[in-house]
Amino acid sequence: MRKYGKFAVLITVVIAALVWLASTGVSETKTYYKTISEVGQMGDKAFDERLRVAGDVEGGSIQHTHGQVCFTLTQDKRPLKVVYTGTDPLPDTFRDGAQALADGRMGRDGVFHASKIQAKCASKYESKPGNLRSAPAPPINKTT
Amino acid sequence: MENVASLAVLLAFCAAIYALLASVVGRIRRKPFLMVSGERAVYSVWALISIGSGILVYSLLTGDFRFSYVAQHSNHDMPMLYKFAAWWGGQEGSLLFWGWLLSTYSAIVVFTNRHKHRDMMPYVIGILMFVQTFFLLLSNFVVSPFKMLALEGSITAVQDGNGLNPLLQYPAMAIHPPMLYLGYVGFTVPFAFAIASLITRQPGEAWIHTTRRWTLITWLFQSTGVMLGMAWAYHVLGWGGYWGWDPVENASLLPWLSGTAFLHSVMMQEKKGMMKVWNIVLISATFLLCIFGTALTRIGLVSSVHAFAQGPLGKYFISFLSICIAGVVYLIIDRLGYLKSEAELESVISRESSFLFNNLILLASCFAVLWGTLFPVISEAISDEKISLDAAWFNKLMIPIGLFLLVLTGVGPLFAWRRTSWESLRRNFQWPGIASLILVVALFASGVRSFYALISFGFCLFVALTVLMEFYKGGRAIAAKNNMNLLRGTVELTHRNTRRYGGYLVHMGIVLMFVGFTGAAFNKSDVKEMAVGDTLKLGHYDLKMINLTEGEDANKSWHRANVLVSRGGDVLGTLEPEKRFYKASRQGTSEVGVRPRLNEDLYLNFGGMSDDGTRAVIQAYIFPLVSWIWIGGLVLIGGTLVCLVPSKVKMQYARTEVVGITRRYAEVPK
Repeated sequence: MRKYGKFAVLITVVIAALVWLASTGVSETKTYYKTISEVGQMGDKAFDERLRVAGDVEGGSIQHTHGQVCFTLTQDKRPLKVVYTGTDPLPDTFRDGAQALADGRMGRDGVFHASKIQAKCASKYESKPGNLRSAPAPPINKTT
Repeated sequence: MENVASLAVLLAFCAAIYALLASVVGRIRRKPFLMVSGERAVYSVWALISIGSGILVYSLLTGDFRFSYVAQHSNHDMPMLYKFAAWWGGQEGSLLFWGWLLSTYSAIVVFTNRHKHRDMMPYVIGILMFVQTFFLLLSNFVVSPFKMLALEGSITAVQDGNGLNPLLQYPAMAIHPPMLYLGYVGFTVPFAFAIASLITRQPGEAWIHTTRRWTLITWLFQSTGVMLGMAWAYHVLGWGGYWGWDPVENASLLPWLSGTAFLHSVMMQEKKGMMKVWNIVLISATFLLCIFGTALTRIGLVSSVHAFAQGPLGKYFISFLSICIAGVVYLIIDRLGYLKSEAELESVISRESSFLFNNLILLASCFAVLWGTLFPVISEAISDEKISLDAAWFNKLMIPIGLFLLVLTGVGPLFAWRRTSWESLRRNFQWPGIASLILVVALFASGVRSFYALISFGFCLFVALTVLMEFYKGGRAIAAKNNMNLLRGTVELTHRNTRRYGGYLVHMGIVLMFVGFTGAAFNKSDVKEMAVGDTLKLGHYDLKMINLTEGEDANKSWHRANVLVSRGGDVLGTLEPEKRFYKASRQGTSEVGVRPRLNEDLYLNFGGMSDDGTRAVIQAYIFPLVSWIWIGGLVLIGGTLVCLVPSKVKMQYARTEVVGITRRYAEVPK
């Protein structure tokens, strides 16, 4: 039985180390998914946690100024001003009307400071099920 | 034509159900003719799905825009390759592709085993066809690829389609999905054999011997697929990384991890008759994770950048997974007695124990990745707060796991079975150990302070040396005995036991990949808006914008920057990062400019044009050692191929207990 004891100790040590790493990691990197209206209701708590906010990029709101990109996210007609300060290039899918996920922190000035932006193209080719039969893709005029 | 296609796929659905019932009922009632007809039905399933798929591909290639699928995923001006790749570029097509691959595999399995395993085959067919039925159910009734566009009651065509997602219009991406699918689907076969052998209580390890090549080839496809995905992310997505712990990437990694664990632990069963329950659990888990991975991109469980649109598929996949899990759990519990281990663990420092820890670590990492991927779902269920974990969490956990695994890669194969003596430990590990220590000290002295990087480089050298020593020692012995030179001796050595030395090569590939991963600790980057004539200095490179051009063809338009790269006054060449805009889908992509070298890659991305249109945003990166990831990948593929070559000397492993009951499967139950 002694040798099984050794295995048990080793396995426990390995697993305990991993669990410890995983659980300390959670508190450092966790990000809360919030809707824009929920962010508004969070009060002061909103400034402490890392948040991830989803919404549509408002048409014409994207502005490139020196090293920064500002835009407005909207969800259910609630706008949220976002400034992107990260260094990674913005995804190619990020443009007017796209669904975007902004990761970052709420600033005290009411502007959301995003360090990461993910964007998904407004579903153009993958229509929602059910729409398929009734709405054929609009004929596209070729310009060439 | 569309009717023929739909009918073919519908008939395939019926044929699959028939094959399932005929095989299983035929086996239980001992009706040979019924079993044979079940086998033939498998071929007809393949033929029917091929007809359906053929028609879909034909419409894609010829641009038959009456098909809603074609209109959504293809357009006139797309190159032929991508028109073909559109087969798996969308939800409906890719599920049909899945089904077609499975039917192809099933047909091959039935054909190659037409004289073997008569006892087990009906159940193998039953399980394959059960899975097949599920996917055909989806293709027929839930997400049919043959929906037509209709306007006011009559079928109409649109002038041109939307085109394939431009991110997918890249050669590596055209073959990445089929590779992954070949891997995903392939694990169904060993799973089917494992379960069939469990149902029929096969004595011996017939299912493992039969499926060893299957599993290896499948694993090869899967590895290639994952690596192509990394290469694609690196060259196309333009963020300069190759792995971001995105849910979909994780989905491809999960079955790879459990499959790797399976490849190792079956050796325990083959050679020692141990871990039988464990192997069944592992292959089932791998299969289920493959299905889960297929589902994850489709059911919108977690948000991901490259997921398909959310659809009604969720409940189908969840029911299917639940049925499979319930079936497997029942079978294992019911047949526990049959899965009794034939040997016991003896020592902590033994081959058995290294396999045990290899499995523990691989499974733990698999579980960690799964946990991290599903954390938003789990946390929402528990606390009503949707919390996501980002790449930092995965890295924090996976780097130590990876390093531990790396060490095991080196030491595991050199431990003896049962127990290892201190003398042999010293002989095998003394010099590699000392050399690695010297390397770590030297790196530290030269200014490397990253803890993980130091450890990783040390381990890499250690493992590489142990592997090379194995080749050298064995090769030298053979060369001396047969009067060959060392190189021929090494080749001869490898040929005599391809499994062992092919495995070493795979391990070597892993080491090289780790060298590449470790390079990420030394990345450098900078961003600048550059007009023509502007310069940027990064590391020891001087970058100068010499030209900004734009242009267009029928498929896309682009902005391109010509950047002159020089170092200390010497011109090294130009890089041409490019921003593309695809017309049909109205979406942009980046073509990065990379100067790959063995020591480091210089990587330029065209971030976009400034608002006034005179300056380009250029993101410049230096990625040290990245090339070694791709080199390691190629070594890994090569090593796996070596494993597939039959050994020159037939190895007979003495099993500790129970020898000689494996012949019984030759009996024909008729």
